[in-house]
Amino acid sequence: MGKQRITLSGNGRTLVLNNPVLTASGTFGYGLEYTPFGNLASLGGIVAKGLSLLPRQGNPMPRIAETPSGMLNAVGLQNCGFDEFVKRKLPKLPHKDVPVIVNLYATSPAEFAELAGKLAATEGIAALEVNISCPNVKEGGSSFGQSATMAAKVTEAVVNASGTLPVLVKLSPNVTSITEIAKACEGAGATALSCINTVTGMGVDLQSKRPLLANVIGGLSGPAIKPIALRCVWEVTRAVSIPVIGIGGISTPEDVLEFILVGASAVQVGTANIALPDAAFRIAEALPHTMHKYGISSLDELRGGLKI
Amino acid sequence: MSYPILSKETVLDLVPFGNSGQEAEFLALRLSPPAWKEIAPGQFVMLRLSGNHGNHIWGRPFSICRVTPRDLVIFFQARGRVTKEMAKLRPGDVIDVWGPLGNSLRVEKDTPTLLLAGGIGIAPFVEYAHTHPAPWNLSMEFGHRLPLDCYPFDSLNEKIDAAPHRENTVEDRDRFIALMEKRMQEHAKAKGLVLACGPTPFLRTVQTFALKHKVRTQLALETRMGCGVGACLGCVVQVALKASLIPPADSPVCKGEEYHNLQTCTCGPNFWAHQVKL
Repeated sequence: MGKQRITLSGNGRTLVLNNPVLTASGTFGYGLEYTPFGNLASLGGIVAKGLSLLPRQGNPMPRIAETPSGMLNAVGLQNCGFDEFVKRKLPKLPHKDVPVIVNLYATSPAEFAELAGKLAATEGIAALEVNISCPNVKEGGSSFGQSATMAAKVTEAVVNASGTLPVLVKLSPNVTSITEIAKACEGAGATALSCINTVTGMGVDLQSKRPLLANVIGGLSGPAIKPIALRCVWEVTRAVSIPVIGIGGISTPEDVLEFILVGASAVQVGTANIALPDAAFRIAEALPHTMHKYGISSLDELRGGLKI
Repeated sequence: MSYPILSKETVLDLVPFGNSGQEAEFLALRLSPPAWKEIAPGQFVMLRLSGNHGNHIWGRPFSICRVTPRDLVIFFQARGRVTKEMAKLRPGDVIDVWGPLGNSLRVEKDTPTLLLAGGIGIAPFVEYAHTHPAPWNLSMEFGHRLPLDCYPFDSLNEKIDAAPHRENTVEDRDRFIALMEKRMQEHAKAKGLVLACGPTPFLRTVQTFALKHKVRTQLALETRMGCGVGACLGCVVQVALKASLIPPADSPVCKGEEYHNLQTCTCGPNFWAHQVKL
């Protein structure tokens, strides 16, 4: 089957992944939750739950709702904060054998820089993923990701504060032109782009006449958004020259290959981890066999090879 | 406690409970036993109907009603979209099972222990009663709306002193609530333990009495869950803790401390009554 190492290089920084299958932030906890269900080192990389400087308690309940072929969430970035993460979570992760990528969230470019600086000074972190696209928080979040100027400012702040650490920027699909934001982030020094975060949506209960989420609006994820994600990856990879990580409803090895076909360099498995706890492990393991089945000898050969 | 495992298990049979003559609403699902090393009463499993993409994304949590070397028994009510599908399972069908999950109900061999169950909340107490080292120290008050034969009451009654209370009217309910308070007061005097499982309004009533009469009480919570393994943060409940996000085992702190959102799936589903905000 051979090695499937993936090298993501952009703006002078490089991240090497074990293989193209990573886990998406917010769907895989801190990775430790999934150790009973597979070998973390068999994944391409682990993207940890969105981290902020201080612990956050997140939004009121209910925070999740099942929808046709997907789910809505408005968790609101509940997380243990930087100190607890570095003390209690990171040391337990096999960071020598699998790249640990920290998804970070802050409410201003200065705070992003502070957190990025602290993370860059921490042993065991392979890359940062800047969250400028969370739809479930009042401050920051997707408001940064919906303006090219702000997206560039935040990206620049993190890039400047993080030494040589690769910086991924996670983009929101809830914008008029995702390519405009993507180009701004590329111009600000991003190493690669993660496409996409959740699609804003809502659900209601006709009986109680209440919204399904206490936050009313949340982010839609799962197979329901795969076509949106494919479109975004397709558009973004044609607009920028840095690598793109595809995210959105991936639940089979075939889905992985579809994202690579439209131009992604790697992918993140998200909601599928919530549906079945071995999903990411199973997809990573089955990928070489699935490539063989479709007569694909290398991902490089497949990448961006969509026939139009 | 051992790590959970994910496995595919085979449906052995599906036994309807109750004699309504219509489509059975209460069923016991018997599965081939997963290769679990150990399990503690009060733990739960996630079940997911295989090959059913699109129809439902998440697995569903169920109390472990009974587990033996021959089978795993889940007692459920066919009411929602997924449980109605589950009611159509046939022997030989294969489903995804991950467990055992969560913490256990407190077991104290020599302590007089009162089990309070509301409706389907009886399920975890079947395993509890069958595995308790001194079942003669257990007693149960069981409140239910539907006929008694809808519930796995008989198998429990063989092991412990259990009393059923049908609630048809508001007066029935008030009588049952008064009885629960009286029994909890008795257990407070005897330095006993109370364990409760049932719908949230029922648990709130038990919690009120637990705080009023200062009796050690554990509440088995039922919440909507996504992953069941602590990752999605969709099942959190507010729990009073001093500082840590990880609750210290068996040393609950007092009400009035700072509250944290903890996952019902990994930090629960069994919480001390004076710790949790319902």
